Amino acid sequence: MVAAARLDETAAIWTVLEGVADPEIPVISVVDLGIVRSVGPDRVVITPTYTGCPAARVIESDIRAALDSAGYRHVRIETALSPAWTTDWITPGGRARLRAYGIAPPTRAAVECPQCGSADTEEISRFGSTPCKALWRCRSCAEPFDLFKCH
Amino acid sequence: MASLPPIDLPSNATGEGAFDSPALDEGPALFEYLLRLGDDSLILGQRLGEWCGHAPSVEVDLSLANMALDLIGQATHFLNRAGEVEGKGRDGDSLAFRRDVLDFRNCWLVEQPNGDFARTMARQFLFSTWQKALFRHLTGSKEETIAAVAEKAVKEVTYHQELASEWVIRLGDGTEESRRRMEDGLAWNWRFVPELFEMDDLATFMAERGIGADLGALRYDYHAQISAVLAEATLQPPPDQRPILGGRRGHHSEHLGHLLATMQFLPRTYPDATW
Repeated sequence: MVAAARLDETAAIWTVLEGVADPEIPVISVVDLGIVRSVGPDRVVITPTYTGCPAARVIESDIRAALDSAGYRHVRIETALSPAWTTDWITPGGRARLRAYGIAPPTRAAVECPQCGSADTEEISRFGSTPCKALWRCRSCAEPFDLFKCH
Repeated sequence: MASLPPIDLPSNATGEGAFDSPALDEGPALFEYLLRLGDDSLILGQRLGEWCGHAPSVEVDLSLANMALDLIGQATHFLNRAGEVEGKGRDGDSLAFRRDVLDFRNCWLVEQPNGDFARTMARQFLFSTWQKALFRHLTGSKEETIAAVAEKAVKEVTYHQELASEWVIRLGDGTEESRRRMEDGLAWNWRFVPELFEMDDLATFMAERGIGADLGALRYDYHAQISAVLAEATLQPPPDQRPILGGRRGHHSEHLGHLLATMQFLPRTYPDATW
C-alpha cells in the first residue's frame, strides 16, 4: 500500500514536471528536453543542458514554483552534473514539437529545413540565439532557421 | 499525499563535510588547484564578454558571447567547489568578486587584452586546444566535481577549439591584411603558452594523487594539433620567446587589475546587490 502510494506520487510529480515549459523554447517541457534525471517522492534530480546555460536558474525556479503550487513543497530539487546531458535525451515528442516550432531538432544525419523539409541546407553560424542552437539556412526555400546543436 | 508543513530544505546541505574525501593536507592544495581551473575560465569569459556588441558581425558577436557563457559556467562550478573545500563560507560569487588581483591563479594567456579580432582568436585557439586536452584528462579525476565539470565542458570546449581553429585558418590563409593580423596575434600570445604546461609543486602533488593532470604529458599532442592547424592556415609557428610564468602563484600582468576593476565594480560598490 505504502509503496503503491509512493509510486502514485512519483507519477503525479512527473505530470507536474511535464507542465513546466523550457523558458527559452516554450513549446517543449523540461521532461521533453530530457533534463529531469530522476523523480522520487521527496526529490527531483535535474541536470543542466550547458555548463553556462543562463536558463538553468530560471528552469529551477519554474520547477520549484510548479511543485509548490501542486502541493509538493517538501520535494527537493537537486542538480547532478554527471553523466553529462546529451541531446540524445530529448524525447521523440520533444523533437516533433521543436520542428513544428521552426527549430530543426538535433541530428547526426543531414539537417532538414523545419519549414519545407529540404535537406539542402547550410550552416551560417555555429552559435545562434542561445548556446544550444546554431544558425542555419535552407537553400531550397531560402529561409533561415535555428538548429538545436547535437551535443 | 502527506500534509507536511511547508519547509524548504536547503538543496545542498554540505555542513561540516567539506574535507571528507581528501586528506586534511590535501584541502588547501585542492582549493588552490580549483582556483587555477576556475580563474582561467572566469577571466577568459570576462575578456570575451568585452566583445559583446563590438564584434565584426552579429554571428561573431553571438559566438564570442556564447563561449564566454560556457566559460563562466565552468568557473561557477569550479569556484563554488573551491569555496566548499576551503570551508570558510565563501562561494563562487565571493571568490570571483571579492578577491584582489594577487589572489587570482589564472594563467597569463587568458588575461591578455583582446587586441583586434585576430589576436582574440589566436588566444582562443591556443587556450581552447589546451583546455580541451586538459578536460579530457580530467574526466578521470578522482575529485568528483572536477571530473563531472570536465565531462560536461569538454563537449563545449571542443566547439570553442573548432571555431577558433577555423578562424585561424580563414584569417591566416586569407588576405594580406588578415594574414598579417593573425601572425601578429599569434606572436603576441605565443610567449604565454609554456605556462600552460608548467608543473610546479602543487600541480605535481595534484597529479600524483590522481586529481590533477600531468600537463607535461599533454604537451606533445598539443603542439601537434597547433602545428596541423597552422599548416592549414599556411602559417609558421612563431619563434620561441622567453616564457613568462607566475600567474599560478599570483604574479600577473598589469592587464588583470584593469579587468577586475570592471568586473568587480558593481558587487564591490553595492555589496549584496541583487537583481
